[in-house]
Amino acid sequence: MTGVTWPKEGNSRVPYRMFTDPEVYKSELDRVFLGPTWQFLAIADELPNPGDYKTTFLGETPVIVTRGEDGEIHAMVNRCAHRGNLVCLKRQGNADLLTCVYHSWSYDLTGNLKSVAFRRGIGGKGGMPEDFKLEEHGLRKLRIDHFAGLVFGTLSDEVPPFAEYIGNQIGARIGRVMHGKPKVLGTTSQILHNNWKLYLENVKDTYHASLLHTFFTTFRISRLSIGGGVLIGESGGNHASYTRGGGKQADRPDSDTLYAGIQSNRDGLSLADPRLLASKEEFGDDITVQILSVFPNFVLQQINNSIALRLVLPKGRDETELQWIYLGFEDDDAEMTELRLLQSNLVGPAGYVSMEDGAVGGFVQRAIAGSEDDLSVLEMGGHDHVSDDTRTTEASIRGFWQAYRPLMGL
Amino acid sequence: MTPDEVVRRLEFEALYAEYAHCLDNDRLEDWPGYFTEECAYRVISAESFEAGMPLGIIYATSRNMLVDRVMALRKANIYEPQRYRHLIANIRPLDQTNPREDDAGIDVTANFIVVRTMQDGAMTLFAAGRYVDRLVRIAGEWRFARKDAVLDSRQIDTLLAIPI
Repeated sequence: MTGVTWPKEGNSRVPYRMFTDPEVYKSELDRVFLGPTWQFLAIADELPNPGDYKTTFLGETPVIVTRGEDGEIHAMVNRCAHRGNLVCLKRQGNADLLTCVYHSWSYDLTGNLKSVAFRRGIGGKGGMPEDFKLEEHGLRKLRIDHFAGLVFGTLSDEVPPFAEYIGNQIGARIGRVMHGKPKVLGTTSQILHNNWKLYLENVKDTYHASLLHTFFTTFRISRLSIGGGVLIGESGGNHASYTRGGGKQADRPDSDTLYAGIQSNRDGLSLADPRLLASKEEFGDDITVQILSVFPNFVLQQINNSIALRLVLPKGRDETELQWIYLGFEDDDAEMTELRLLQSNLVGPAGYVSMEDGAVGGFVQRAIAGSEDDLSVLEMGGHDHVSDDTRTTEASIRGFWQAYRPLMGL
Repeated sequence: MTPDEVVRRLEFEALYAEYAHCLDNDRLEDWPGYFTEECAYRVISAESFEAGMPLGIIYATSRNMLVDRVMALRKANIYEPQRYRHLIANIRPLDQTNPREDDAGIDVTANFIVVRTMQDGAMTLFAAGRYVDRLVRIAGEWRFARKDAVLDSRQIDTLLAIPI
């Protein structure tokens, strides 16, 4: 279907064509994003009242998420059943009915068509045929599942419930971060000039963080020499990497020798105002950094007390929107909120340990142009995709391809 | 406008011109000097700002944090060579009906656009928005006690390295 033959080495080789080919992109919008996968739609508390709605995407397919009159969350494709117009134009709002502006077809908050303007015509002329049935022309509905205050959606009837899809181990890792009633502290988004999978590979790449993000290394927020590991769910597609403890006491004595190549580390830098490096015990364990992904495109990040959801939206074969939702919890005191705000300097488009991720995918995208038949090498830590108590591995990236390839018939 | 107000307007013009000059001409080390020691500085999307959400893309609560930001840009962070060109205009007191200065200073707003040029020559309109600032006089010179760079767009192209 895509004309790609997967290399015999399996998940430890990836053809660059996977990031450049328009046919691959077109196929994955259908097979991955409209296929048997769960994708993040909303934080349930974002839509507290009946009639509240927001819009988002499954891949490139626009979606409306609502809180219905029944108090439940519903989601449907944001495309009028009449002539394909966007039903909701705003990113968020509140409405009793969802009315398409084009010809005033109105849907209830669960997507059922309730009325069609001039359905009976005027003076006995025009209008819809007698056999036109409202109930046959609703918005296409998504299946919804909830987990730890987060709402996920899918168009697939086959995919197992969300908890089963991620498995107990990854589920527990979501639960430890989402331990309260979430409160959104801010939002932003980044346009990345690379294929969406290059960003997912980056998220799952536990090997790069302390090498590319030298701020991580220099200020010992995370180093590979500090204890940690990576958990990979059964399907391969879901993962959580973690660092146990931070700072010098958690690190190996030979750490500086191992990282001797990092210029900023050699310079012995210090911060004039180090308050953003402070952190507070919050999660009842010694995990200071946890980066978690749910296949295909959701990321939950905890770096010290900085918590963010990241949604990776494909916008073309070489463009991606990375949406950030930064969280605190309703029961945070003022001191904790301030700490989260200060630590937010670490992440996002201007983040001390994340700004490089905005650019590095674009560097790869530029470098592989014209070399679509060449292959990337993913052999760090071997060839499999199982959990390990080291982060000096690319196992979770191989796990991504393990989950992706069957969906694409590769 | 009274003669005093005219003078003050010119002083504001000069301050914003100097501010832009150091960001646009690689004088980043001079940038924190336009803030008070206890300053607050944010780069924030209009969406977050108008919803009253506190978190900024950059969030600093002291001049030393701005010093650290410059240090990290010089020594720790990795980004492609690029330059900005700020155009700052429409500088006016936030409350035009009562443009008085009180003990805590004066709230001022201004529009900005920032053109970013990358090393290969690619040029984009990187940011447009408004500053929502509080200016105070320190030893006769105007300084920012608070500066919010409020971005009209919620989207940042690639990354934001140099401040706005």
